[in-house]
Amino acid sequence: MFVYIIRRFLQTIPVLLGVIFVVFLIMKLVPGDPAVLIAGEGATEETIETIRNDLGLNDPLLVQYFSYLKDIVQGDFGESIRSNRPVFDEIMVRLPITMELALISILFSIVLGMIAGILSATKPNSIADITIMLLALIGVSFPSFWIGLMLIFYFSVQLQIFPVAGWDSWMHIVLPSITLGAMGAAIIARMTRSSMLDVIRQDYIRTARAKGLKNRVIIYKHGLKNAIIPVITVIGLQFGVLLGGAVITETVFAINGLGRLIVDSIYARDLPMIQGTVLTASVIFVIVNLIVDTLYRYFNKRIELD
Amino acid sequence: MLEQEDKILEVRQLQTHFFTDEGISKAVDGVDFVLHKGETLGIVGESGCGKSITSMSILRLIDSPPGKIVGGEVVFKGENLLSKSEATMRKIRGNEISMIFQEPMTSLNPVFSVGEQIAEVFRVHQNMGRKEAWKKAVEMLKLVGIPSPEERAKQEPHELSGGMRQRVMIAMALSCNPEILIADEPTTALDVTIQAQILELMKTLQNELGMGVIMITHDLGVVSETCDRVAVMYAGKVVEYATADDLFDQPKHPYTIGLMNSLPRMDIDQESLQAIPGNVPSPYNMPNGCRFAPRCPHAKGICHDAIPELRNTDDGSQVRCWMYTPEWEDHSDITKAGVK
Repeated sequence: MFVYIIRRFLQTIPVLLGVIFVVFLIMKLVPGDPAVLIAGEGATEETIETIRNDLGLNDPLLVQYFSYLKDIVQGDFGESIRSNRPVFDEIMVRLPITMELALISILFSIVLGMIAGILSATKPNSIADITIMLLALIGVSFPSFWIGLMLIFYFSVQLQIFPVAGWDSWMHIVLPSITLGAMGAAIIARMTRSSMLDVIRQDYIRTARAKGLKNRVIIYKHGLKNAIIPVITVIGLQFGVLLGGAVITETVFAINGLGRLIVDSIYARDLPMIQGTVLTASVIFVIVNLIVDTLYRYFNKRIELD
Repeated sequence: MLEQEDKILEVRQLQTHFFTDEGISKAVDGVDFVLHKGETLGIVGESGCGKSITSMSILRLIDSPPGKIVGGEVVFKGENLLSKSEATMRKIRGNEISMIFQEPMTSLNPVFSVGEQIAEVFRVHQNMGRKEAWKKAVEMLKLVGIPSPEERAKQEPHELSGGMRQRVMIAMALSCNPEILIADEPTTALDVTIQAQILELMKTLQNELGMGVIMITHDLGVVSETCDRVAVMYAGKVVEYATADDLFDQPKHPYTIGLMNSLPRMDIDQESLQAIPGNVPSPYNMPNGCRFAPRCPHAKGICHDAIPELRNTDDGSQVRCWMYTPEWEDHSDITKAGVK
């Protein structure tokens, strides 16, 4: 197990190098010359050339990549064009907020989705099952910004239970988490149901019943530990979707997280900031995948690396 | 014949039907048999004859819906299991009556160690603690002849061979020293050499522990090696019920005779094996008369008109066939119904 984690961890290194390369290319592929931008209007060709040399823009692409890589590893993501503050510092202010939102949302998705999925699977075609699957269908098909706006409309404006926007107390967390986690909950519920239904029909469940085990033990011990394997994969993928969804949710609820930082940077054409935020989101996704694979391996020891 | 007091299980007129969109499938339709202490009863028949459903019905493991036990009695130690509560049934399953299945590959849970799966039985039925149950599980693995049981117990099913897994299933089933072991095609999925080992193991353990065994199989070879008595099933009914010796010496029902003829034999020179012509009737659309009549070489009008009873014959066995009744001679080939 330990060896597996180490090997799996080493595998993330080439992935991260690739991600950094793509992020690096954003800068290169965007039209316009940064040297011209920095030099300002009316600068002479000589000045621009000097700036180019200073910034290393005349070096071969690979040399530039490695120097970028060196900066990244040292935590130097460059400076924001908008605020002139280091990109890394700004991200570190915003990241905890988004992580909190994402973790609470995914937790909400997992708990609600799995409970609903198991309920559905244990009583297939019952009224409870049909209701849950209908809600799940709504969850996957309705866009999150709409769900967010509707939640604000009913719970904040009409019923005045939760605040409309911001990020101060746990009350602020409720609606954004539901908004962001709704689709995940729906997808996890559907996956849990189909996986559980599949598992319940297996021979080893019949064996468990023939052993004289209680229904509860059969479902939650013998069934769930098998059924959870494909669900874990979905949870991992869902976390990636969640990071993307944070962009919308944070905008709807006016939360100053990473998602909003990305949106604002794009509007302001703040390239170093865009690079930094995209890179951060990618690194988080890679880490989450590492965790998911480790969990997957824990639940299914038949999996061998390669 | 065995004494009446030795009787540990009696199945009377068991009927298990499946209610599906296509109609009602009478998978088991009035099955009777008796199991005595220490005896091995074989239930033989083709796929789909209802032998597995019969065994599942005894422990009430039929999925409902679509299955339902609609009639009959399963009398275990003087009490009808079909009227017991689910909680009482749980205390019997895996404890007093246990079961092993055909597919050792899929019958063990892939995500738990085999030791854990055996230990669970001790924890549930004998209220043992984790450590004690684990120790007993290792002992059971040793009993079924698994080498280095301490290490094996920690392994998961995928790390074991098919024969090993079936040994684990047997260990699990015998943990609580059951009075009855139901073995549903226990060797069908195994290599021939492993089959012999597993049958040998079951025989030894049966002699040691003194339990009654119900051996469900389609393999007459297994029957001749292991069974004291045999119930031959066809299309949901027992058609012949005899001691294994009588069955092989003097098969009576035309279906049993057909089964025997379809076996390869060493003692006579055969050009080819004789198959029984025709197919098993659809469970949704059973013949009105004897269910074997459409395939039977001897069938007369009466066979197509009415279902014969399971009757005693002179040598103490039972057969469900018009040929062995007084009515047989009274009926000519052309009857009122005029079928075939």
